[in-house]
Amino acid sequence: MNAARSTRALSVYIVIACLLLMMPIVIVLVLAFGDQTYMRFPPQSLSLRWFVTFFGDPRWQRALGSSVLIATVACVIATVVGFFAAYAFVRSDMRGKKLLLSFMLLPIIIPHVIAAIAMYFMAGPLKLVGNVFWIGLCHATIALPIVLLILLSSLQGVDVNLERAALSLGSSRIGVFTRVVLPLAFPGILSAALFAFLASFDELVISLFLAGVRSETLPVRIWNSLHLQIEPVIAAVSAFLIAVTGVVLLLDAVVRHVRSSRLAGTAAER
Amino acid sequence: MLVVPAVVLLALVFVGPLLWFFIRSLAELGGPAEIASHAWAVVTSRAVLTALSTTNWISLLVTVLVLVISYPVAYYLATNQGWRFSAVLFCIVVPYFTSIIVRTYSWMVLLGRNGLVNQMLLKSGLIDEPLALLYTKTGVLIGMVYVLLPYMVLTLFAAMKTIDPSLMRAARGLGASGFHAFTRVYLPLSMHGVVSGSLIVYILAIGFFITPGLMGGPTDVMIAMLIERSVEITFDWGGAAVMSLLLLGATLVLYSIYYRLTDVRRMMGA
Repeated sequence: MNAARSTRALSVYIVIACLLLMMPIVIVLVLAFGDQTYMRFPPQSLSLRWFVTFFGDPRWQRALGSSVLIATVACVIATVVGFFAAYAFVRSDMRGKKLLLSFMLLPIIIPHVIAAIAMYFMAGPLKLVGNVFWIGLCHATIALPIVLLILLSSLQGVDVNLERAALSLGSSRIGVFTRVVLPLAFPGILSAALFAFLASFDELVISLFLAGVRSETLPVRIWNSLHLQIEPVIAAVSAFLIAVTGVVLLLDAVVRHVRSSRLAGTAAER
Repeated sequence: MLVVPAVVLLALVFVGPLLWFFIRSLAELGGPAEIASHAWAVVTSRAVLTALSTTNWISLLVTVLVLVISYPVAYYLATNQGWRFSAVLFCIVVPYFTSIIVRTYSWMVLLGRNGLVNQMLLKSGLIDEPLALLYTKTGVLIGMVYVLLPYMVLTLFAAMKTIDPSLMRAARGLGASGFHAFTRVYLPLSMHGVVSGSLIVYILAIGFFITPGLMGGPTDVMIAMLIERSVEITFDWGGAAVMSLLLLGATLVLYSIYYRLTDVRRMMGA
């Protein structure tokens, strides 16, 4: 039988697929360290000039500042609000739970263009176009589903008996929440916050409508540049965004590792 | 009670603006009769009909391509452990969490007239003239397939993980060929992953705006781009509202099918 042959064919296919998947990421990273003034690959020589341009230009600095500020606002709001909701979903047997959850996941399903236009329409008369807190709030709705999905799966690992034990030993509800639930859920909350930050940091469509000229974020500036004349500095900015993604994924891996070793620890103590 | 903050956030910043936008921009058109006739004129206009058909065909094609490319990758993930599993997952997750604008930019560099793809094809002697890839439908397809691929792989993987590998061994032991064991046992068992993955990819594809906007040619106008243009360029809020309702309606119908078929908590392969 040709089982061995089909296994080998699958392996070859997987290698090619993985190379193709990573190629665009690698290309951007290489271009960012190149010396060329137009988009040519491979670059003739390596240099850091586009990073110097990126970090030295006050307009790019402002865009970076807006991006960080908006993502921080979105991350804090989405994580706090999402944590309470996820906790309620995991701990209660309320009716229509699935329906309510699917409602809360709508922001990733509904085309962002429609949401962005509606948010822009609302922001106009309220003079909120270019307001970083309004943009952060809008991004929080997009980040909320991500926070919920992450926390729903991680809160499942928090044993409800520990809460019952604390309650029966005389702890108050708030005490249980701050002394038992929060510490146990903390790694999951951290993961959720990281991805909420990233979701906002990388978001383009809503920012495109709401940023105005005042609060252009990094993705908006990349979009504008790609539409008009592709500036070579875009490669360095893109590489920076990839690096942020890399840091988030790395931190998440560390958090997961700590969580799993801690879970193993509590299991061993029993 | 703890879900209240999340519901309030979505009501005020997401659902509220949507309703406000639809009600106000439709009301500006006049009474019910005028709204109906205007809506009819928009829906039957040549630009909208063409965009709807383009949107549908591109999205269908993208969904089929993504499914065919993803299936073996998900199968590999479901049947391998250790470093192979981690390596392939890495190649899926890194692009998945990289900003869409960065991924689109990279494909613009790759597919341009003097891009890497054309350079390699010219050097290999397969073509004599650079191919027109960027600003064509081919470019849009490549870009969208790349962006949406991880959603499909993760959804399929989640479904395949639940398939008991001993079933395949049993089928083989009872004399089925590898091909038969796959088509009669594995494929049917993975079918709900195929359906929910295809639904989610199609839903996301019809609302796409960034990738076709940057990589498409003048004739590759999708409905989301038309909505954006009617707001940004022609200030036709009424037309934008009608088109948005159409797109929103299609999205919600498909999402309700998705909701019935799958566990929403597993959305995006969480």
